[in-house]
Amino acid sequence: MTETNLVETNSETTFMGSAAQDKAEVDTTSSQLSNDKLIEMLKSMMQIRRFEERTMQSYMQQKIGGFCHIYIGQEAVAVGSIGATKPDDPIVGAYRDHGLALARGMDPKYAMAEMFGKITGCAKGKGGSMHFFDKEHHMYGGHAIVGGQCPLGAGLAFAIQYEKKDNVVLCYFGDGAVNQGAFHEAFNLASIWNLPVIFVLENNSYSMGTHINRGTAMANDLRAKAEAYGMRYAECDGLDVLDVYTTFKREIDRTRNAANPQWERGIIPDYKREGAPVGPCFMNVKTYRYKGHSMSDPQKYRAKEEVEAKQELDPINRLVNHLIDNNIATQDQIDEFDKAAKAEAQAAVKFANESPEMPIEELFTDIYVNPYGPYKKGGLPQMLQGKDLE
Amino acid sequence: MRNIQYREALREAMQEEMRTDDRIFLMGEEVAEYNGAYKVSQGMVEEFGARRIVDSPISETGFAGLGVGAAMYGLRPIIEFMSWSFCLVAADQIINNAPKMLYMSGGQFGCPAVFRGNNGAGGQLGSTHSWCVESMFSSVPGLKLAVPSTPRDAKGMLKAAIRDEDPVFYLESERMLGLGARGDKDFSRYLANGKWAPPSYEEDDNFVIEFGKADIKKPGADCTIVTAGRPVHFALDAAEELEKEGIDVEVIDVRTYRPLDIETIVNSVRKTNYCVVVDQSWPFASVASEIASQVYERCFDDLDNSIIRVNNDDVPAPYNRTMEQEMLPNARKIAEAVRSVTYNS
Repeated sequence: MTETNLVETNSETTFMGSAAQDKAEVDTTSSQLSNDKLIEMLKSMMQIRRFEERTMQSYMQQKIGGFCHIYIGQEAVAVGSIGATKPDDPIVGAYRDHGLALARGMDPKYAMAEMFGKITGCAKGKGGSMHFFDKEHHMYGGHAIVGGQCPLGAGLAFAIQYEKKDNVVLCYFGDGAVNQGAFHEAFNLASIWNLPVIFVLENNSYSMGTHINRGTAMANDLRAKAEAYGMRYAECDGLDVLDVYTTFKREIDRTRNAANPQWERGIIPDYKREGAPVGPCFMNVKTYRYKGHSMSDPQKYRAKEEVEAKQELDPINRLVNHLIDNNIATQDQIDEFDKAAKAEAQAAVKFANESPEMPIEELFTDIYVNPYGPYKKGGLPQMLQGKDLE
Repeated sequence: MRNIQYREALREAMQEEMRTDDRIFLMGEEVAEYNGAYKVSQGMVEEFGARRIVDSPISETGFAGLGVGAAMYGLRPIIEFMSWSFCLVAADQIINNAPKMLYMSGGQFGCPAVFRGNNGAGGQLGSTHSWCVESMFSSVPGLKLAVPSTPRDAKGMLKAAIRDEDPVFYLESERMLGLGARGDKDFSRYLANGKWAPPSYEEDDNFVIEFGKADIKKPGADCTIVTAGRPVHFALDAAEELEKEGIDVEVIDVRTYRPLDIETIVNSVRKTNYCVVVDQSWPFASVASEIASQVYERCFDDLDNSIIRVNNDDVPAPYNRTMEQEMLPNARKIAEAVRSVTYNS
């Protein structure tokens, strides 16, 4: 057994040792994946892990403000699911969005600069940690009101169906969202109109500090939520990137193939459809977050042992061991990948730090496409215009 | 002038725009097979099919949010709220998402959607169905707020709204949908004295009324009345009444609360030196409060008296018919306000 030597010294994050490795199950479905794809997924997960460690560091240094929700522990969800999409399949997520954005291809430099509030950020420093947007990579945002992105996901899918495209939307949310009205309304619309959307529950067991068993009816059988809307249901192990990838590949293909013939046959998406909807899918991905809900969370609601037990199933270590055991990569190669991920995260911080401060004029841009409003610059009488606005 | 109903004007605007742009679709409760709860979308499903005229279930958060998502993707949704009172159910989508998306995304994703429906008290619907949402939404940056008062404006402004790249809240009124059907409500009577003539009704498909340009519905020299939407008619009734007393008011229909054409208002007040502001929302922190404040900021030295606001009374809308009518702004209240500020009471 090989010690993976991935421990970041200034971080709580450690990768598992040999003892835990024995417990990890290796999914045989990985044989469907090329070695290149496996290595690509490992690099992507490492990129997110090292980026998030730097994010935490920068937050502690007060370079990052606001609420900051760390993705460590959940990397396999973003990497496995987005790895199974086409690059132009839209994705939309919640506030814990760093991992989604990076897995989708956002440059870590722009992600970090966004959190530093710099104009070089992915949303010009106007969105922050919870609101990452990347039009180029079809990332339709992180959305910070719990469940609020569910109808948006349905809307993106509606537009895809309307425009007769063959894309599939991945709409992510946490387990807190399943109790929101927006979640249920979006499910209903997706089902009656057979929309090409996968609703992805990143089920880390905690909506902020409330365990899912305390806040959600039928928490142990979330299939019921899908069945209530006649929707397809699937689940996978969110700590195993291979399981995530293969499950998503299967369900995304089903949705893509199922949703398309509808418009090809000229069937109008309404209640007159025949049979149950085959397009939308509710995917329950069981994962775990190692860190608090946000950086300000002292985590008094759960035992340290619980977190440690989950860390033994670390998704990155599981893939590392799989690659080594199957002679797909050597320890030296893996060390190189990790070194590169660390360097990239460090470079992102450097870029964000050195990016110029926001020009104050930017305060007044991007409010309207056709900029005209009652308080536009110069809209106030001369005597009331502060000099700082000039 | 072609005499069409307010509801027909709305329908024509949507039809004309939809014929030339496949990205536009109409979604809402009962808009297709029922032909619209208020028959605004009558016959549209026959012309455009169920792909583009979409009956949604009663789930405002769901279909309003769906409209935002579809708009982010590049479609041009028209989302109909049967009543704007129901939009409160969808508040997160239409306040947090639609107007802020462009800003939060640093200019990457806009929301070119139109949200439209009936605003304000109808006929004895009680408090939950009688919301005037303009004061609530006009404070949200990123939104445009259109409040058309005549069939002609309803058509030209809705076409502009559909073509607009930003989210537009389009506030109609159940009490105005039949406007234009009867001769006494089509403004022709205001032509009698030859002082004011509405421009003829263009048939041109490109007839749009640009946002942010107020319309002087009746010119006058003695006092400025600033208003929009249904109260425009009350103001014109009051103007007729006041004319008999020798008070010549100027009625400004601002047409859009956001963007607000403050220049036209200011120029008028500088001419008349008196100002009354009318809107049908609650008085506390109302649109009228904001307009009055902006006029004070700019015209303090030009004003010969305080500005008076005429609003709904500060009560939840009652069911009782007499009380409901008393709650609303009306010609009598506006005339009294004008007499009061011009020292003629």
